[in-house]
Amino acid sequence: MSEQKRKLVEVRDLKMHFPIYGGVLRRQVGAVKAVDGVSFDIFEGETLGVVGESGCGKSTAGRAVLRLYEATAGSIRIDGDDIATLPPETLRRKRPSMQMVFQDPQASLNPRMTVAGIIGEPLDEHTNWSRAKKLERIYELMDAVGLNRDFANRYPHAFSGGQRQRIGIARALALNPKFIVCDEPIAALDVSIQAQVVNLLEELQDQFGLTYLFISHDLSMVRHIADRVAVMYLGKIVELAPVSRLYDAPLHPYTEALLSAVPEPDPSLEARKDRIVLKGDVPSPANPPKGCNFCTRCPKVMDLCKDVEPETIEAAPGHYVACHLVTKPQTAG
Amino acid sequence: MTEGASPVLEVKNLKTVFSTRSGEVHAVNSVSFDLKPGELLGVVGESGSGKSVTMMSLLGLLPSPPAEVREGQVLLGDTDLLKIGEDRLREIRGKDIGFVFQDPMTSLNPVFTVGFQLTEPLKKHMGLKKAAARDRAVELLELVGIPDARRRLDDYPHQFSGGMRQRVMIAIALACDPKVLIADEPTTALDVTIQAQILELVKELRQKLGMAIIWITHDLGVIAGIADRVMVMYGGQVAEHGPVREVFRNPAHPYTRALLQTMPKMHGTRDAKLRVIEGQPPMLGRHPTSCPFMARCVHAFDRCAAENPARRDIDPGHDVACHWDHRSADAALVTETPA
Repeated sequence: MSEQKRKLVEVRDLKMHFPIYGGVLRRQVGAVKAVDGVSFDIFEGETLGVVGESGCGKSTAGRAVLRLYEATAGSIRIDGDDIATLPPETLRRKRPSMQMVFQDPQASLNPRMTVAGIIGEPLDEHTNWSRAKKLERIYELMDAVGLNRDFANRYPHAFSGGQRQRIGIARALALNPKFIVCDEPIAALDVSIQAQVVNLLEELQDQFGLTYLFISHDLSMVRHIADRVAVMYLGKIVELAPVSRLYDAPLHPYTEALLSAVPEPDPSLEARKDRIVLKGDVPSPANPPKGCNFCTRCPKVMDLCKDVEPETIEAAPGHYVACHLVTKPQTAG
Repeated sequence: MTEGASPVLEVKNLKTVFSTRSGEVHAVNSVSFDLKPGELLGVVGESGSGKSVTMMSLLGLLPSPPAEVREGQVLLGDTDLLKIGEDRLREIRGKDIGFVFQDPMTSLNPVFTVGFQLTEPLKKHMGLKKAAARDRAVELLELVGIPDARRRLDDYPHQFSGGMRQRVMIAIALACDPKVLIADEPTTALDVTIQAQILELVKELRQKLGMAIIWITHDLGVIAGIADRVMVMYGGQVAEHGPVREVFRNPAHPYTRALLQTMPKMHGTRDAKLRVIEGQPPMLGRHPTSCPFMARCVHAFDRCAAENPARRDIDPGHDVACHWDHRSADAALVTETPA
């Protein structure tokens, strides 16, 4: 990555709190802090991976970035415009440049629409093209994602999981977006099909100069596809670094534990491995612990951690971490 | 591992067919394997490979119709589980064979307390009285690492987290000291850090209790960490079977080889492109007369279409169902996958 690259997405202090109502009067009694003060940039043409366990807020963050949720606080600049505050009509005109690929291709495709209808829907909504021109574009997209043109009039149920995900990707590409949020696009697919879809996403990125926010819990796949990776825990980014630094020299104890927990398909490696097994479960985001969010499970916890929330510092160029153990910029990696 | 010991469970030529509106589905085709005392057999395969249906068939858990176990033997000691009646089978399930299912959310009954669900098999199979069953239940919850066990007996499943619920499931499966534990994707629904906890627990329990385990998963990494032997399934058949190190170091079936190569690595150089297994898993509509992997296989040749390969031994304890001679290409494999 060159430093010259333009920031396409700038997220600052994004918060997404979901209210909890209770009592007789259904007053708000608390909030689930799904995303609680997240900041990151995505450079044009790169893939930022977001990893974390279920409930850490990675999907919510992805949706809030596209304003599929109204963010509680923070700013989201995509290509110069602050998405969080755009008025509805301006936002609608902005939509073509930012799209999403969803996790479950079964649930995100309308079973009553044909493939051509699904892929063409964004064109109906955002262009006034003639029917012939739309169809031409639909065929072009089907070619791009490796779907047979002859299947344009079939319904989603006639396709396998991997093919359905291709339909979802074609739909996301229809309006020539610059930025695509991929929310666990391969989680519902078999291992042998995952590689096909990931390769397709990479090819399309090269071909169309796309920028991805790639949300996944699959750490080895993120290592493959991402340029930089953000690790989330309980609504916050605990570490963000270029992919090689994050996987080879993680600084946050949670990142270390998360990486060591991934089983590897190599029996001799597995036998030698010192696995860090975390105790307990992730606390509830409605009632996060005082101090550092990870202090209840951290193997290196100190008294300070239970009291004061660590600030995010740049420990090395481009390597951000929020942990009391990392205080000053490290001299060598 | 106990070499040479007589197996606790032996499955021979198991064949399960589903009747559907659009014809038969041959979900399990002549699957044979055995399980020795105290060993952990890993079963890997993608969805539709027949791994779960194999286990459901041998426990008699498939609804019939549509399912029909058409051929085969399932020997638990001297008893053929396919021959005995439902009553005897019910005694064996939960007592001699325990099982843990994938989804801890749906396999516990939400309207009964964990204590009730845990003591039920103890009262039924072991004939324990209420107080004794409760004591044993506390012991079991402690065994699987649930803190404050006695108090938690009266909690309902929704009061436990996903990882804790899976521990409860394991405790229930272990309740009657089964000889065999069958775990069907027990960690798939869990996060990696919780999965690591459960895997550690299973390793520990094996040492303590010495039971034999069948562990079904699609994750080769999990198998690498815990299994003694591995059985790779594809299209309702056993593609390859052998000691875990042997199969991972020296995979003989093109499917196993491809599967190991499609997985991105956590260490070393990043590949520019992931290796892909082209195409889709097979539809199991007919009785297979050709190799089920043929359409996706890079090494397929005439014989693969003419004849479904039988399993053949390539090394002691390591067999493969493939016509292609993997040794002919081992030199090529070295250049295919840089270390």
